[in-house]
Amino acid sequence: MFGRLTLDAFKHDAIEYGAGVMMVLSLLAVIGLLTYLKKWKWIWEEWLTSLDPKRIGVMYVIVSFIMLFKGVTDAIMMRVQQMFAAGDVAGYLTAPHFQQIFTAHGTTMIFFVGMGVIFAIMNLILPLQIGARDVAFPFLNSLGFWFFTAGGSLMLISLIIGNFSGAGWVSYPPLSGIQYSPDVGVDYWIWSVQIAGVGSLFSGINFLVTIFTMRCPGMTFMKLPLLIWSILGSLVLIIFAFPILTATVGMLTLDRLLDMKFFTSDFGGNPMMYINLIWAWGHPEVYILILPAFGIFSEVVATYSSKRLFGYVSMVGSIIAITFLSFIVWLHHFFTMGAGASVNAFFGIMTMFIAIPTGVKVFNWIFTEFRGRVRFDSPMLWFMGFVIVFVTGGMTGMLLSIAPVDFQVHNSLFLIAHFHSMVIGGVLFGFFAGFTYWFPKFTGFKLNEKLGKLAAYLWIGGFLVAFMPLYILGLMGATRRLDHYDSSTGWQPLFIIAGIGGFIVSCGIAVQMWQLWVSFRDRKQNKDTTGDPWDGRTLEWSTTSPPPIYNFARIPVVHDIDAFWDRKNGKFPEQKKPYKPIHMPKSSSTGFIVGWLSFIVGFAATWHILWLGIAAVIGIFISLIVHLAEKEPEFEISVAEIETIEGHV
Amino acid sequence: MMNADTDSKTFFGFWVYLMSDCILFATLFATYAVLHKGTFGGPSGKELFNLPYALVETFLLLISSFTSGLAMMKIGPENKHRVLGWFFVTFLLGAGFVGMEINEFYHMIQEGNGPARSGFLTSFFTLVGTHGFHVSMGLIWMVIFMAQAFCQGLTPVILRRFVCLKLFWHFLDVVWIFIFTFVYLMGVLG
Repeated sequence: MFGRLTLDAFKHDAIEYGAGVMMVLSLLAVIGLLTYLKKWKWIWEEWLTSLDPKRIGVMYVIVSFIMLFKGVTDAIMMRVQQMFAAGDVAGYLTAPHFQQIFTAHGTTMIFFVGMGVIFAIMNLILPLQIGARDVAFPFLNSLGFWFFTAGGSLMLISLIIGNFSGAGWVSYPPLSGIQYSPDVGVDYWIWSVQIAGVGSLFSGINFLVTIFTMRCPGMTFMKLPLLIWSILGSLVLIIFAFPILTATVGMLTLDRLLDMKFFTSDFGGNPMMYINLIWAWGHPEVYILILPAFGIFSEVVATYSSKRLFGYVSMVGSIIAITFLSFIVWLHHFFTMGAGASVNAFFGIMTMFIAIPTGVKVFNWIFTEFRGRVRFDSPMLWFMGFVIVFVTGGMTGMLLSIAPVDFQVHNSLFLIAHFHSMVIGGVLFGFFAGFTYWFPKFTGFKLNEKLGKLAAYLWIGGFLVAFMPLYILGLMGATRRLDHYDSSTGWQPLFIIAGIGGFIVSCGIAVQMWQLWVSFRDRKQNKDTTGDPWDGRTLEWSTTSPPPIYNFARIPVVHDIDAFWDRKNGKFPEQKKPYKPIHMPKSSSTGFIVGWLSFIVGFAATWHILWLGIAAVIGIFISLIVHLAEKEPEFEISVAEIETIEGHV
Repeated sequence: MMNADTDSKTFFGFWVYLMSDCILFATLFATYAVLHKGTFGGPSGKELFNLPYALVETFLLLISSFTSGLAMMKIGPENKHRVLGWFFVTFLLGAGFVGMEINEFYHMIQEGNGPARSGFLTSFFTLVGTHGFHVSMGLIWMVIFMAQAFCQGLTPVILRRFVCLKLFWHFLDVVWIFIFTFVYLMGVLG
C-alpha cells in the first residue's frame, strides 16, 4: 500500500528531529498567521494563482530566501563539525548525517538558491527593462515556478520522512547506484532535481521568447540593457544544458528503478559516462548563475557612477564568448579521469580562455567608475567585495586549469575555496547588490542603508576569514567532505579560523534580517515617491514604484542605450499619446495544481507507491486538458481605469 | 493582430522546445555510442535486429508524417471533417508504429534480452523507448486536440495547436531517421 514507506522513515536522531520540528512549526506559524489575518482568499487570488511576473518574481525571492536559510544552516553545521572533530573527538554529527548535510548544502544552493534568485531577477526586471507589459508565456512561467517550488519542497520533506542522499550534490555513480545507496536518499535527490530542472527549462524557453519577441519599439539588440544581454546568454545555456541534466538524471533513475546498466561498473556500463554528462550540464550551469550576476553589476556600476557603462560592445562580445566557451570546458572537473595529455590540455586551455572575456568585463566595470561620480551606496560595496573575492577566485581557477596542478589539489579544500569565491562572491553578492538596488522598485520604500553597509562588510569580511584558510588547508592536503581528521595533520587551527568566518557571515545574515524589519518599520520615512530613487538609467525606473500591473501605461519607444537617462536629460522626450485599453492574462490555478501534483509524483516515485504516482500523473493530464479547454484567458483594463491608476482625472 | 502575434510567439517558443528536446536525444545518442559495444557477453545488435521489421516501422512513421501534412493543407474552419479525417489516419499509422515497437520490445524481453541485461541493451531500450514514448505522447495529444476540434470547431487557437503538433510529429520523424541509421542499419553491419 505505501511501498517502501514504513514508520521507520520517521525515526531520526535528535538533531534531525530538531530541524524537522522547526520546519513544521514555521509552516504552522505561517498557516496560523494567514488564518488569523483572514488572508487565505487574498493569498490565493493575488499570489498563488497570479500570472503577473512581478508577483511570481517576489515568490521566487521568498522561496530562495527560505532555501538560502536552510543552505547556510547546513554550511554552519559542517563548519562547526570540522572545528572540533579532530583526533579523539568525533564531533556532534554522525558520518551518515554529515554526508547528507554536504549533499543537501550543494543541492540547495545551486538548484534552489542560485536558480531561484536568477529566475527572480528575470521575472522582476526583464519585462520592465525591455519595456514590455508581460512575458511571452505567462502560464508556462507560473508552471516553471511551481515545479521549482515542488522540487525544493520534496527536498525539504526528506528531513522529516526518510533521509536525503549522501552521495554528493552531483551524485556520482556507482556510489549513487542502487547497490551502494539502496535507501530513498538518492531518489529524493533525483526527483527534486528532475522536477526543478524541468521547471527551469520551461522558464528558460519563456524568457528567451520574451526577449526575442517582446522588446519595445526601437530596442534593437545592440540597445538592450546589459542585464538583458547577460540573461540572454544564461537562457541559451539553460536551453542547451538542462535537457542534458534531464536525460542524465533520467538514466540514473532507470539504473536504480529498473536495474538498468548505464552507469554500473560491470555488465558493460560506464560510470565515467555519467560524470561527463553531468558536467556537460554542470559547467554551463555555473555560467547560467554567474551571467545574470554580471548583468546586475553592469546596471549597478553604471547607475552609481552616473555614467554610461564603459565598453558596451566589448561587454556584449564577452557575454557571447563566455556563453560559447562554457560548453567546451566540462572536462576540467575531472582531469584525473585519465583522458590523456592532449585531451586534458585542450580542456585546460579552453578554461584559461574564459579568463579573457571575464577579465574584459571586470576592467570595463572599473573603467566605468573611472572619472564617474561614484556613490558608495551598499550595492557598490557588494560590487567592491565581488571584485576582490571573484578575482582571487578566478586566479585560483586558472591554477586549477593546469592539469598537473589540478592532479595535486583535485577534490581538496583548495577547490572548495575556489568555487565558493565564484558562487558566493559572484552570484550571491551580485544578487544582494541587485536586491538592494531594485527593492524600492517593487515595495515602494528603500532598505535601511546603514544596516545594509554593515551587512556587506560582515559578509565580505566573514567570507575572507571563512574561505582563505581553506586554500591553505587544500594545499596541506585536506580533502573535501571530511567529517573527521587526524589531529597530527595540524589542520585544526585553520578549521577553527574558518569556523569563525562562518560565524561572522551568520552575523551578516542576522543584520540583513534586522535590516528588512527596520526598513519595513520605517517605510514611511524611506518612501520612494519618484519611482527613480537612484537616478537610474534604464526603463524600469521610468514607471512608478511599485509598478502598475501593466508596467507601462504607454509602451516606451527607445532610441539609444540608457533610454530613461536620455529621456530625463531632455533627449527624446516621451510622446504623450492617448491611452489604449490593455489586455492582461487572467489568473490560473493550473500551475499551482500541476506543480503540487508533480511533487506527489516525485514523492510516490521515491517511496515506490505505484497507485499514488499513477493517480497524480492522471491528475496532471486532466488539469492540463481542462486548462487547454479554457476560453477567454485575458481581461481588459479600460482607458478609464488606466487614467485612475495613473492619477489623471 | 493580437492573434498573429501570439501565433508567432508560440511557434518560436515551440521550436525552441523542439531544439531542447533535440539535445535530450543527442545525450541519449551519445550514451548509445559509448555503450553499444558493452554487450558483456550478451547478444549484440547484429544478432537482435530485424531490419525488414524496422523498415516497416520507418515507413509507417514516414507515411504518418505525410498524412499529417495532408491534414494541414488548405486548412480552414470549413474543412473540419477533412482535417480530422487525415489526423485520424495519422493517428492509426502512429499507433501502428508504437504497437510494432512494443511488440519488438516484448519479444526481446521474452527471450531474456531485456534492458537490464547489458549496457548495450540498456542504452538501446532507452534511446528507442524514449522516441516511442514521445510518439505515444503525441498520439494522446492528437486525440485531445481532435476531440477539441470536434466540439469547438477549427478555431484559431486549435489551429495553432495543430501546427505545433505537426512540427512535433515531423521532428520525431527526423529523430527516427537517425535511430534507424545509427542503431538499426549500423547495428546490423556490426
